[in-house]
Amino acid sequence: VRPTNFARRILYWLSVAVGLVLAIVPLPEWLSPVRPDLALLAVVYWILTSPRIAGLGYAWLAGLFLDVLQGMTLGQHALGFVLVAFLTHRAQLRMRMFPMLHQAGAVMLLLAAYHFVIFWTDGLTGHGYTGWNRWLPVLSGALLWPLIVAAGDTLTRRSR
Amino acid sequence: VVELSHDSRPIIGRGPPLGATFLTLALASVALMVADKRYDQLGQVREWMSAAAYPVQAAVDLPFRAWDWITDSFADRSRLREENLELTARLRLANLQLQRFAALEDENRRLRDMRENSAGVADRVLVASIMNVDLDPFRHRVLVDKGAREGVFKGQAVLDAEGIFGQVAQVHAETAEVILISDAEHAIPVQSNRSGLRTIAVGAGDSDRLSLPFVTVESDLKAGDLLISTGIGGVFPRGYPVAEVTRVDRTAAATFALVDARPTARLERNREVLLVWFTPPAAEPADAAAPAAEPAAEPPQ
Repeated sequence: VRPTNFARRILYWLSVAVGLVLAIVPLPEWLSPVRPDLALLAVVYWILTSPRIAGLGYAWLAGLFLDVLQGMTLGQHALGFVLVAFLTHRAQLRMRMFPMLHQAGAVMLLLAAYHFVIFWTDGLTGHGYTGWNRWLPVLSGALLWPLIVAAGDTLTRRSR
Repeated sequence: VVELSHDSRPIIGRGPPLGATFLTLALASVALMVADKRYDQLGQVREWMSAAAYPVQAAVDLPFRAWDWITDSFADRSRLREENLELTARLRLANLQLQRFAALEDENRRLRDMRENSAGVADRVLVASIMNVDLDPFRHRVLVDKGAREGVFKGQAVLDAEGIFGQVAQVHAETAEVILISDAEHAIPVQSNRSGLRTIAVGAGDSDRLSLPFVTVESDLKAGDLLISTGIGGVFPRGYPVAEVTRVDRTAAATFALVDARPTARLERNREVLLVWFTPPAAEPADAAAPAAEPAAEPPQ
């Protein structure tokens, strides 16, 4: 039986919710800057597999929730998420064909764009932290990408 | 008959064009940021959204709290006994000091009354515990488990047993966000306990260092001096320890000395803090020129 679009939407929101929870789970201090952006990676994965269900509005809302959970200026993560979602939508047909390593590289570029938006808006709102370690999630997210794909594929295999 | 799968319509040409949606949402984000940061207009929206976020935060906090509770309940007898002995010893010492302080406080109050200024001493406190939730790793902020429902207000002073911890930056219904004195956005007026020199301590984004950027090379300040709160600005109660000066570097050519201090409060997670209510002191003429204890708008360079 093919799952309905409604069931898929619920699955997509649940996976983002898990990513958001993992974004605020306390980690040891040395590990905390490396924390990958799991919610964003989930959004990118769902856009690649089903761009019609996972749209820009979905990405934007997910980012807004992250803003609220982290107590950031409202709209910061939302802007980053919607930019990444837009770029992913544009490159979706090509990115699906990429071999895994190539795809992880593309994800790294997307994450870099995301963190640049956060860095830039941080600076504009007066929080400028310029240490090199704020870019670590770009690397950890790209390294994690094959795992995300494996997990997502396992999750949806039955429905294909 | 060929059955069309639910996903067979073309991607292009369905719904509004991608670029337009992107522009709309991006502009909406920018508008939100401006409204939130520049005009502080989103109080109600934030309240609703944080009410939605609270269950998530509580769910993250719960397992850690449960683990603490379990380890506490099954603590072995010898450890409890040891802890008890240590606490008794500390209490005895504290009581001894209190006897001395009671007399001093009376005297102080009498002197202040003579100057018609007895306010500025904490008169009500509420114990709050820090929730096990990570906010942005590069900002020194924590979430505590008391909020507007308990009467917590924005700008309220937060202390711990060793000194000044921070102030409330955002109040939600059940929780409040506290900005620590070590956050790069925070500044607090302080006074040297030894020389009476007044200056401002700003956070350096480092949990065991504050920086004092406005100390001239001629100022009477040296390593080991205790910095206490002045009560200027009405945010923090007067006379509580803030930090201890760790380093004073004077170069003859510079106008300002390089001064670092270590906060006396323990700015780590997993601790209980005190939310303080006090009557702000009436402004003294001498204090009028000093800046207020608001978080600085710009981080210090």
